[in-house]
Amino acid sequence: MTQRIFAKIFAALVLMLTVVGAVAQGLSGDVPTIDIKNGTASATPIAVIPFAFEGAGLPPDTDVAAVIGNDLNRCGQFRTLPKSDIVEYPTRGSQIKFPTWNLLKQAYILVGRQIENPGGDIRVEFELYDVAKQQQLLALAITGQRTGLRDVAHQIADLVYEKITGVRGAFWTRIAYITSTGTGNNIQYALMVADSDGYNPQTVVRSREPLLSPAWSPDGAKLAYVSFERGNSSIYMQEIATGAREVVSARKGINGAPAFSPDGRKLALTLSFAGHPNIYSMELADHQITQLTRGYAIDTEPRWMPDGQTIVFTSDRSGKPQLYQISASGGAATRITFQGDYNANASIAWDGKHIAMVQGNGNVYRIAVLDKTTGDSKPISVGNLDDHPSYAPNGSMLLYTATEGPRDVLYAVSANGRVRQRLVLADGDVREPAWSPYRQRGQ
Amino acid sequence: MKLPIRVILTAVVAGAALAACATRPTKPPAAEAAPQAAPQAQDNGGKYTVDSLDSDSCLRQRVVYFDFDKSEIKPEFQAQIACHAAYLRQFPGARATLEGNADERGTREYNLGLGERRGNAVDSAIAAAGASASQLNVVSYGEERPVCKEHNEGCWQKNRRVEIVYTAKQ
Repeated sequence: MTQRIFAKIFAALVLMLTVVGAVAQGLSGDVPTIDIKNGTASATPIAVIPFAFEGAGLPPDTDVAAVIGNDLNRCGQFRTLPKSDIVEYPTRGSQIKFPTWNLLKQAYILVGRQIENPGGDIRVEFELYDVAKQQQLLALAITGQRTGLRDVAHQIADLVYEKITGVRGAFWTRIAYITSTGTGNNIQYALMVADSDGYNPQTVVRSREPLLSPAWSPDGAKLAYVSFERGNSSIYMQEIATGAREVVSARKGINGAPAFSPDGRKLALTLSFAGHPNIYSMELADHQITQLTRGYAIDTEPRWMPDGQTIVFTSDRSGKPQLYQISASGGAATRITFQGDYNANASIAWDGKHIAMVQGNGNVYRIAVLDKTTGDSKPISVGNLDDHPSYAPNGSMLLYTATEGPRDVLYAVSANGRVRQRLVLADGDVREPAWSPYRQRGQ
Repeated sequence: MKLPIRVILTAVVAGAALAACATRPTKPPAAEAAPQAAPQAQDNGGKYTVDSLDSDSCLRQRVVYFDFDKSEIKPEFQAQIACHAAYLRQFPGARATLEGNADERGTREYNLGLGERRGNAVDSAIAAAGASASQLNVVSYGEERPVCKEHNEGCWQKNRRVEIVYTAKQ
């Protein structure tokens, strides 16, 4: 009994500390507001217990367990135990009382601790258990700098996700997006890169003229994008780490919709210098272009299938925009969407079988996922002017833009459409999200 | 030399024009004038002067509006097309950029294509009415430069437009 009361007081204390921490973070100004729209009862329940700090100095600012918990909740496949329901605080496997977590109907429990190394780095040790089997599934440690603990937390979330689902996690990734702030003469556009949960935003490039369509190179080191800074649309390619950039195409007419091939050697793009927007493929080594589509229609938004052999694109050759596919070396195109008035802006999942797109019916534009095997498509968003889906590299989630009142905001949605989370990343408009490939250490 | 019945049609255009919101402030850099072009009135009986761009009620109309997902020029804009063609014909050194725009519905890259298609429609119409193709340049901004930002047809119809922007007057 006394123990229980003590646990409750301790829980309240932890909660208070967490609230104070959250307020302190909120003041820094670059922390995204996160808003989960709807949960899901069928998600796997997991208890992520706050990680204890074992060291002489101040505990780190980052609440590692909270970052992991947010990641797992956001993907729609997990439901973490709310903090208010956590009654015990084990920090190692030997301290876990399994009947407690069984009673709380938890399938898994993650415990851990942060140990301060002599040099000041933090060694984060964690253990994942199957509650019903009382079996240890993971017991690992990742070391990071105090300032890099969000990265460590995302990597732990990836390992937990992979252990339980069998699919590689994609939380330790980044997102690129466009912001626009100000009005009239003072509009300022920026291409930004942030962590997959919206934290740690960094400016890649700023412009007084519109920016759009950021696309990641497969190694995650570069972004291609469209800028109007020369008066007309032009395609730039920029190294994120150094800021070094080059103009890839600044022809007459449209220079748009860049997309790197999976091997990183080519860029698919839309060019209209010959009269009408058509899809071209450019060798990045020498910038030589090959025309892939022909005709008077608007052909745009090329995206590579994962095997690099086929390109999916948007065309209004049959009247309204629909998705088509064509060999990456050209030839005849085949239509692949037949449901909905308007289908455009494909994002292809890693399996090549699921294609997210903007589906328009009347004045309502939503994100839908096409199952390429059956030809059926299902909406996964609920807005009226949703745009620009982008799959996570493991296909578990997507980002997209929604227009809400006067603003464009980003949403993260689970691939099954069950969990949506609004990421409020900045003042003004945030749009055109592009999810990075998997990260490699050192990036 | 055929001239349209400008007075009546101009009234129609003025009524149809929806330039309620402010236009875009920044302009692309001025196009280089072709070296051989003489900045003089040539044909058209010297009807216009350079000042006509600011004073003539037809030439002051610089925006052509379109229906949703369409790029056909509506009859009420024919007079506007004709007077700009006449001006360009009279001043072969004059240059205009045709800035094509779309409303926010649909995807941004597709709307770049749609804005260009509208710009090309105005380009063809002005050229067909006698201007030289070298005097015209089409740029599409897609949905990136709305003049109105509400999410309704009243606003969308103001954004589906081609703006005729003179980069050289003579």
